[in-house]
Amino acid sequence: MKRRTLKGLLLLVFTGAAWVDAAAQSASGSNPNYLVYTLLAVVALLILGMLIQVSDNLLGIKARQIGADKDGQNYSVYPRLNEIFDSPKPEYTAGAPIISLKKGFDILLEGEAARKRVSAHVKTYAVQPPNYKGISPIPKMEVEVGDEVKAGDPLFHDKTNPQVKFVAPVSGEVIAVNRAAKRAIAEVIILADKEQQYRTLTPPDSTNCSLEELQNFLMDSGGWALLRQRPFDVIPAPGDVPRDIFISTFDTAPLAPDLNYVVEGQGLAFQKGLDVLARLTNGKVRLGLDARGDKAPSAVFTQATGVEKTWFRGKHPAGNVGVQIHHTQPIRSGDKVWVVGVQEVISLGALFVEERYNAARVVALTGAELKETGYVHTVLGANIGDLLEGRVSGDNVRIVSGDVLTGAKKDGAGFLNAFDDQVTVLEEGDDYEMFGWLAPSYRRPTVSRTYLSNLLFPKEPFQANTNTHGEQRAFVMTGQYEDVLPMDVLPQHLCKAILAGDIERMEGLGILEMSEEDIALCEFACTSKQPLQNILRDGLEMMQEQM
Amino acid sequence: MKQKLLNFFSRIEPDKKKQPFLHTLYDGFFTFAFAPNHVTKSGVHVRDGMDLKRTMVMVVIALQLCYLFGTYNIGHQHFAALGMHTGLFDGFHLKLVHGLIKLLPIFVVTHVVGLGIEFYYAYKKGHGIEEGFLVSGALIPLIMPPDLPLTILALSVAFAVIIGKEAFGGTGMNILNIALLARVFVFFAYPGHISGDDVWISGIEKSAGQYVGEMYGWAHHLFDSLFNSAGWSTFGAGGAAVMDGYTGATPMALASKGGWEAVTQVYTPSQMFWGGIPGSIGETSKPLIIAGALMLIATGIASWRIMVSMVLGLVFTGLLLNGWGNTPFMQVPWYYHFSMGSFLFAMAFMATDPVTASSTNIGKWIYGFLIGAVGLIVRVLNPAYPEGWMLAILFMNVFAPLIDHVVVSRNMKRRAKPATAEA
Repeated sequence: MKRRTLKGLLLLVFTGAAWVDAAAQSASGSNPNYLVYTLLAVVALLILGMLIQVSDNLLGIKARQIGADKDGQNYSVYPRLNEIFDSPKPEYTAGAPIISLKKGFDILLEGEAARKRVSAHVKTYAVQPPNYKGISPIPKMEVEVGDEVKAGDPLFHDKTNPQVKFVAPVSGEVIAVNRAAKRAIAEVIILADKEQQYRTLTPPDSTNCSLEELQNFLMDSGGWALLRQRPFDVIPAPGDVPRDIFISTFDTAPLAPDLNYVVEGQGLAFQKGLDVLARLTNGKVRLGLDARGDKAPSAVFTQATGVEKTWFRGKHPAGNVGVQIHHTQPIRSGDKVWVVGVQEVISLGALFVEERYNAARVVALTGAELKETGYVHTVLGANIGDLLEGRVSGDNVRIVSGDVLTGAKKDGAGFLNAFDDQVTVLEEGDDYEMFGWLAPSYRRPTVSRTYLSNLLFPKEPFQANTNTHGEQRAFVMTGQYEDVLPMDVLPQHLCKAILAGDIERMEGLGILEMSEEDIALCEFACTSKQPLQNILRDGLEMMQEQM
Repeated sequence: MKQKLLNFFSRIEPDKKKQPFLHTLYDGFFTFAFAPNHVTKSGVHVRDGMDLKRTMVMVVIALQLCYLFGTYNIGHQHFAALGMHTGLFDGFHLKLVHGLIKLLPIFVVTHVVGLGIEFYYAYKKGHGIEEGFLVSGALIPLIMPPDLPLTILALSVAFAVIIGKEAFGGTGMNILNIALLARVFVFFAYPGHISGDDVWISGIEKSAGQYVGEMYGWAHHLFDSLFNSAGWSTFGAGGAAVMDGYTGATPMALASKGGWEAVTQVYTPSQMFWGGIPGSIGETSKPLIIAGALMLIATGIASWRIMVSMVLGLVFTGLLLNGWGNTPFMQVPWYYHFSMGSFLFAMAFMATDPVTASSTNIGKWIYGFLIGAVGLIVRVLNPAYPEGWMLAILFMNVFAPLIDHVVVSRNMKRRAKPATAEA
């Protein structure tokens, strides 16, 4: 039964109940025969309900037949509550349908990046193999410490897919190859030249060349490593052709950079990137556009051609590409789709427009513990200590590459992760708090409605810290995750299936549609402080082994 | 201040290896006094301010009004039976003190037994003390009759915590509601102490075929000397005879015999609504329970879906029974079922226990509706049990996983369908 049918039936049952009571009341005096009335009313209502339901189905079928609606969901005889009560559509969408996501939560934090360019003198850059999920922990090195490389020269490749090259973002000297546990390669560090030199590329004619030619060029030039495949969030296997390619053009994560600012002046490369992507898939390139604000998103996004655009609005995680996929063309068993970030699309386009590997990145410096926030123009894998030089105000801070929900903890010697466009600096919360669970001594972000100050000042940003605010417990509360996840997924049951190692159930409950960033908000909201992202990653790895 | 206390705690911290039990105990109290200094390690860097302690305490706070009124009502019923201080505020201090003398031991025994077992198991399993019993321990006294012997209470709490909870793995793992399990234990093991007409009034005993008030003990005398010096009315020696014709029957007992008419001969509807009637300690005052329920809904702690669907279940079944109308009890108008008995208390605090209820949102609607329906059927149609909510909730606790299974399977089936091909 569809959701709207359920609503309709409920409505009928309760108006029916009220009606029976009214009828019985009016037949006062002689003993009212409730039972007969009730039975009659139930029968009448059932017939009426059946009639309405049949006409509703017929309408849906007709809508599909004449092609007005691809799945018959948009036409119904039942009034749609969310359409009646929905806030008006912004003008810039020009009447296009908007997918409004009601569930979710925006964590308002202090330290949003100011819309200005700040400068940083970055000396070292690194490519970090652990950033690329799905490749073996010890890739085959193609350079040695001391070698000079140009930007775009290959540094290493995965042993199972040697044709996919991971290339240097900048030119300079390879000064270190740092290893982690079990000799896994953690970082390949390059000391950048003052004058950047680029490896000259000869891209094929992207509109006419064969698919194989195009794929081979991307794998050789480093463009392939800019792509990610869902499910599993891994680098696509060579030769794969995805069902569709998805790009989210806005980020709703806490303190996320404003991508409209990031793409300023990059229209040409972005469009070229989209054109190339369109060649790589049999399906479509789908852009998720931001319909939240009063102002239209950047023309780079709204006027992109050759793509299917869908408008979204709602709280975080409405900007997550996984959520957008779920609401447009969900991933089913056997499907493979690709997702690409906005700045990765620009780099992809630059391969063809500039004929070189240009891994320039605009990175937002955010967080309450920064003296100065803003956007810095740098290159993929920049050293975080250099980026933040002289900007951190506190001494007991945590530096995160990415946002506070999905980012990775780094220290000053660390490097920006490959797919991150943000650095967040926040206070480390390693302090005891007296009766902290009952009488909080400072404001803290929460989805619960038990903090009076949060109810009174809902728009006031928080100076959050990294305290867990409690200890880990078994799952107790229910319905919490569902309230912040705008997907038809039962996160708690999914997590329990993963913990139990039940592969079939995991797949049935939609693990293939999920990525860590999608469940991160549930993890934030969890009263029992469960590590949901780790649980999900374990589940995804289990699934991958099965496939 | 805070630093001094922290220093004090670190001075008395027992050694974890040498005195593991003491350390568990210490850890329990320390995390009660201080939110720990843990920071996020992997996954999210910022965590929600809410934790299980705060969640549980919100429920306990919502119960406080019921505690206040319950204390007063124990005394009020006691004196009403004796025909003394019949006005609402007459002998207010006496009623409160009598209530306290009855309630305090129940509260203390519940917590000593329940928390003792929790602490022991936490130590045995080597994990921190979990806060699950905070709510169970606050609920159990409210659903017991005021004169319940403390040994029986201790037994029932031990049964509920050991068999109902620890056997399944502790907080968050139990299948049945702990508080109701304690009550149902008394209900079936010692039915004479929790059913019938004479258990709901405290301090009344049967001697020589006559109901008389009990002789007051040292606690009453202690307060008497206080009240004497203040010039207030006192308890006296006790032993006064119960008023002629006073039965102490609850509305439920009356209704099962003679329907709504029999109820209204003894209690007015407003009396039943405001709660000045015999019953379990905390369940009589409807407005205060509603206040607690509203607080739980407003803070989002308890599921409004369960509460609303339970009301709908009761209304639906009530209408059906009204229509059938075979016995006087069936003819009791459906809306009076809200104010008779403990429907509202069960709805607000028992059915909404997140661990034992359905865990899916659709499941919650079904779960609540069926509790409302089954509970009323037990109440009205079953001659053996005058009240149905305890049994209905335990029954549906057992069925909750089945309801969830159906909802989860439907979600899986939805996903297994091939993606709609594009036109």
